[in-house]
Amino acid sequence: MKLVFEKSRPGRRAGRVPRPAEVTPPAVPDGLRRQRPARLPELPEIELVRHFTELTTRNFGIDTGFYPLGSCTMKYNPRVNERVAALPGFRDLHPHQDEDGAQGALELMHDLQEMLAEITGLDAVSLQPAAGSQGELTGLMLMRAYFADRGEGDRRRTIVVADTAHGTNPASVTMAGYELQKVATDPRGNIDLEDLRTKVDESTAGLMLTNPSTLGLFDEHIEEVSRIFHQVGALLYYDGANLNAVCGISRPGDMGFDIVHINLHKTFSQPHGGGGPGGGPIAVRDRLEPYLPVPAVIRDGNRFRMDYDRPKSIGKVRAFTGPFGVFVRSYAFMLAWGRELRTMSEDAVLNANYLLARLKEAYELPFDRLCMHEFVLSARNLKREHGITALDVAKRLMDYRFHPPTIYFPLIVPEALMIEPTETETKETLDAFSDAMLAIAREAAEEPETLKNAPHNRPVGRLDEVKAAKRAIVRYRFEDHPDLSAEPTAATAGEGPKGV
Amino acid sequence: MTYVCLTDADREEMLKTIGASSVEDLFRDVPAGVRFDRPLDLGDPLTEQEIVERLEELAGRNVHAGEEISFVGAGVYDHYVPAVIDAILQRGEFLTAYTPYQPEMSQGILQAIFEYQTVICELTGMDVSNASGYDGTTVAADACYIAKHATGRTKIVLAETVNPQVRQVVRTYAPGFGMEVVDVPHRDGVTDPDELRAAAEGAACVIFQQPNFFGCLEPAPDLAAAANDAEALPVAHVDPVSLGVLEAPANYGCAIAIGEGQGAGNPLSYGGPHYGFIAARAEFTRRMPGRIVGETTDVAGQRGYVLTLQTREQHIRREKATSNITTNQTLLALGGLINLCWLGPEGLREQAETCMALAEHTKGRLELPLLFPEQTTFKEFAIRVGRSAQDAIREARTRGVNPGYPVGRDYPGMDDAILVAVTERRTLDDIELLAEALAE
Repeated sequence: MKLVFEKSRPGRRAGRVPRPAEVTPPAVPDGLRRQRPARLPELPEIELVRHFTELTTRNFGIDTGFYPLGSCTMKYNPRVNERVAALPGFRDLHPHQDEDGAQGALELMHDLQEMLAEITGLDAVSLQPAAGSQGELTGLMLMRAYFADRGEGDRRRTIVVADTAHGTNPASVTMAGYELQKVATDPRGNIDLEDLRTKVDESTAGLMLTNPSTLGLFDEHIEEVSRIFHQVGALLYYDGANLNAVCGISRPGDMGFDIVHINLHKTFSQPHGGGGPGGGPIAVRDRLEPYLPVPAVIRDGNRFRMDYDRPKSIGKVRAFTGPFGVFVRSYAFMLAWGRELRTMSEDAVLNANYLLARLKEAYELPFDRLCMHEFVLSARNLKREHGITALDVAKRLMDYRFHPPTIYFPLIVPEALMIEPTETETKETLDAFSDAMLAIAREAAEEPETLKNAPHNRPVGRLDEVKAAKRAIVRYRFEDHPDLSAEPTAATAGEGPKGV
Repeated sequence: MTYVCLTDADREEMLKTIGASSVEDLFRDVPAGVRFDRPLDLGDPLTEQEIVERLEELAGRNVHAGEEISFVGAGVYDHYVPAVIDAILQRGEFLTAYTPYQPEMSQGILQAIFEYQTVICELTGMDVSNASGYDGTTVAADACYIAKHATGRTKIVLAETVNPQVRQVVRTYAPGFGMEVVDVPHRDGVTDPDELRAAAEGAACVIFQQPNFFGCLEPAPDLAAAANDAEALPVAHVDPVSLGVLEAPANYGCAIAIGEGQGAGNPLSYGGPHYGFIAARAEFTRRMPGRIVGETTDVAGQRGYVLTLQTREQHIRREKATSNITTNQTLLALGGLINLCWLGPEGLREQAETCMALAEHTKGRLELPLLFPEQTTFKEFAIRVGRSAQDAIREARTRGVNPGYPVGRDYPGMDDAILVAVTERRTLDDIELLAEALAE
């Protein structure tokens, strides 16, 4: 398919801007004036619409079909959320509007904070972080501020992270200026307590943990883990990527965690838009509240306002109060569930266990336990017996019109297939997916070449990622296409009229 | 219970397959001591209709940009957002997709990001752009992290004329990076290159904004040269709309260009979600944060696109990653791409010229002194109202006009100054009403 730049012809255009005849722009001083316009494409609006529409036909979303991408919680994104986020009172509200002209927005944020505090079992919430990874970094900044305030800043140097952790955890540790201490996983998929005890001491600032873990397993010793850290005065950080498993069932605050981030684009249905936006609010225990980012959104009687008077605050981690449009969508989603939110997590866990039960004969199950909202299989049996990898299984699933699961993660499971169905799938969909996975396991034995050459019916065949990294072509190279504007537009082959 | 998909019969059959006695039984690994034993205190579930009513009620208590004549900017601008953007971004294939980890399923998003990266490189003159950052503040912190690793230095020099929120975010991130921040004060609304040169000695980077927070045009080429003299990386924070008439940062010696993309294609949305952009010269490609899409071929030699240079990223490199960023702002960035394609080169120039012309006209119509009368401004300028800016704004709002942002909120001693933003959406009549409201 052509790039939008390859469809451009000089002199064409879509949008026009008002040009009041009565006014003229002042001269831009010499040296600051643009010498050559940006080579933006020139297309009439219909061609623009067709271009992007054609791109959408080459893409797959939850609206297209089943998307069991583990750890990403690809649930249905309700359309009503889009409708309410587009209400002019939200969409066209300037962030510098006076507080008395933004009372509805402030109340919504205050309500959302209280709901997230209830769900996480913690005391105070900041909605500011833009995504889960920024929530993590913010949480670690809170730890720094907390320990500095207690005069322990120099001593508390390390953060313990499980070897099953998302890559963001260790990356956040480095960006926050901490040292990483890794802890192993035991044969049941829990944190290895013996290993942990050797790694936690007075120099430990805290733990970062996902529970249930990225293996989809609830840590059976979470109370002991919490004790180990709190005994030395360290803090526990909960990576909320897997919160969809435990809403109304077990609260991070009750498990002993002091700081939690919540991925609004996972558990609370904000659509992920092909990579973002997201939302990564953090909830904390009261002793950490003074350090939260400014402004805090607070209630004063019947009025809501922003409070900047927080002398111990870490500052700001992004502009304004956070990604407000995301808050509107997640708030709408939470209103739909209300106190029955527990059913959401129950069905997510039921769906995952059902898929697991149907698939565990054909694929290896490294930790044979009931799972929570997701589970990890290994294709190493297929690799050993037929030379078929997790990647081959993933690509072949595309031919069955399913988005593949997460693969090669977590790192401790070879040939990992990490499957998360979410609660918004019917039994029929789960059955169809299971049938496809079982068919692929049979194909691995009977016709392995079909898998190795998959996918067969996507707009492109298997893509060469090594070549992409080697060539590093990361923008359209106009210089390689000097005669572009001379290229004729392809005529559509016409038959006779088939309508008027 | 709007979004439930299973029936009780389904549940029963599924439990039988699992070999569990009840749904409760599935949670047997959750220790009794951490189980939550009451219903969540979240109110009654609402139907879709009730949700809409509740949200309409809340939205109705906000005063949005369509309900008053607004000259508020200060980093977020009421530019026109064309209808085609919503039409495309609301398509489920884009809206409800995750990060394109499986490229054969995601060629649409991948190609669109590649096109976005190209457009950002074209606007800024740079060689490489990522797929977007969170917003115009966090990309400044990203630039500092690149500069630290590229130069081995730890000092960040920030012009005081950079948006205060950008400066606050850089200050919040800096201690974790092991970096420290030095401010350079403004002189009559702009930055003095000689002062900047002195401050840049031994610095990793120098961040300035063009046009700056006060709307004034900085002597940007001189500022970049001052940073380069000290071998500190010059980083320009730029308004994408201004790049219709202002020189691309790469063409006056900048190493990195960053900015807030909102004005190009995103609604105000009370401050987010929007997109931040970051682009750099080729030598920094492997130090860039976040997702980057690259061109490749498939097994048949057909052109296609994939996430690339991933050895920079957290999911491969973990604690050695160039950033922890994972989720970005792709959908908002695609709004930016569509907006810039819709305008084209002529449209972007016209938009910039209209803003500039209307702003200049507004200065003339307001019979009030300018805060920085010597400077050329783009679409925003500061005036002195001779009394509390907050009071003047409050009074003007009772007449249906919101005149702008009170500068004194961030700059002590400027309590009588209002920052007035004029986009192409303001008419000559709007400007007359502003003049009347402020003349009272």
